[in-house]
Amino acid sequence: MKKRNILLQLFLNMLYISAFTFGGGFVIITLMKSKFCDELHWIEEKEMLDITALAQSSPGAIAVNAAILVGWKLAGAPGMAAAVTGTIIPPIAILSAISYIYEAFASNVYVGYVLKGMQAGVVAVLFDVVFTMGAGVLKTKSWLNYGLMAAAFLATAVWKINVVYIILAAVAVGILSRIYGKWRAGRP
Amino acid sequence: MEGGKALNPWPGGIAGKAAGPGRGRKALSLWPGGSAGRLTGLEGTGKALSPRIRKGEPMWIYLELFWSFIQVGMFSIGGGYAALPLIQSQVVERHGWLTAGEFNDLITIAEMTPGPMAVNSATFVGIRIAGIPGALVATFGCILPSLILVSILAKLYFKYQNLDAIQNILGRLRPVIIALIAAAALSILKTVVASESDLSVNGVNLPGILLAAAAFLVLRRTKKSPILIMVACGGVNLLLNLLI
Repeated sequence: MKKRNILLQLFLNMLYISAFTFGGGFVIITLMKSKFCDELHWIEEKEMLDITALAQSSPGAIAVNAAILVGWKLAGAPGMAAAVTGTIIPPIAILSAISYIYEAFASNVYVGYVLKGMQAGVVAVLFDVVFTMGAGVLKTKSWLNYGLMAAAFLATAVWKINVVYIILAAVAVGILSRIYGKWRAGRP
Repeated sequence: MEGGKALNPWPGGIAGKAAGPGRGRKALSLWPGGSAGRLTGLEGTGKALSPRIRKGEPMWIYLELFWSFIQVGMFSIGGGYAALPLIQSQVVERHGWLTAGEFNDLITIAEMTPGPMAVNSATFVGIRIAGIPGALVATFGCILPSLILVSILAKLYFKYQNLDAIQNILGRLRPVIIALIAAAALSILKTVVASESDLSVNGVNLPGILLAAAAFLVLRRTKKSPILIMVACGGVNLLLNLLI
């Protein structure tokens, strides 16, 4: 695949995705997964999850971080530039336009109806991705994985623990479980 | 901005502290929000504009915008709402670029428009202070820390990802990420259920729930693009409200 073609596709896809990312970081991750994993097969699903973890743990907006990672993987530094530019153009354009009329925009009833509808759509999209990827976790048949999933869910939804701590804890568990695994394998 | 209410689907976020826009109109938040955001209360009074802004000295304002938003970009980790206290401290308290009321508007608008909270804020503030060049400078400042740090991370990740040890560790991280997405989904669902609508039944937003359920089924059964589904949901809700 020609390099120029990839750059253009990266740019256009991120432009399109970013223009519809209402609802925060995870939504753009889901849309990126749908495009780059499911549709284009340029990235594996588990890679997308790793990218999500990295994007969340790093400073800055998740959308921008994810664009950097995906862009880098697909086309190095130019890919990164193409992806990030595509990602930030919609907000810049839309916010610039809106900033002069934001009171009218924010109180517009029709805008409200559309956004509320999209909110329901976001719920569906996120749950769909959870079901799909959750099934993958269930297939691993690992009690540790099930436990991690449940614990992380409780930690964030119920106990409101900071996401970064949750991710760090998971990494710690990963390291420990790896050490344990090697130790067990080493025993005669 | 009186009488409004920002709906925040993420528990523990800033909901209720940020007033909505307009008279008596509710603001919509589609954001699952981060976990660290905690506003101290929007008591910042609009101070006079930074004394360096005089006619004929535009350079200063660009540098100030740039540096302010570099800090915002550098220290906001973990999702949209994490950036807000930083933005408030820079934009309202430190420089007086926005009044407290305008900051409320900013939150509302940033939630209603596509794009990351931090980037939206940078553009909004930038354009009000220094027009389009201001917006560009502020946004670039906001993403610069990401560009530097994450590109290093990218190099490292893609170089070492195939190591056994790394894959093991990442394998433990993946279920966690799925759980985080599930929590975000649940949070937004709660907002949808509780959200006030003219079509509500007993205070429960039945049409919203049905719409979400229908969209979910369509997604499971067909290969339709999620963006299409989201837009369709927006359209359907608009139609429903117009017709009923």
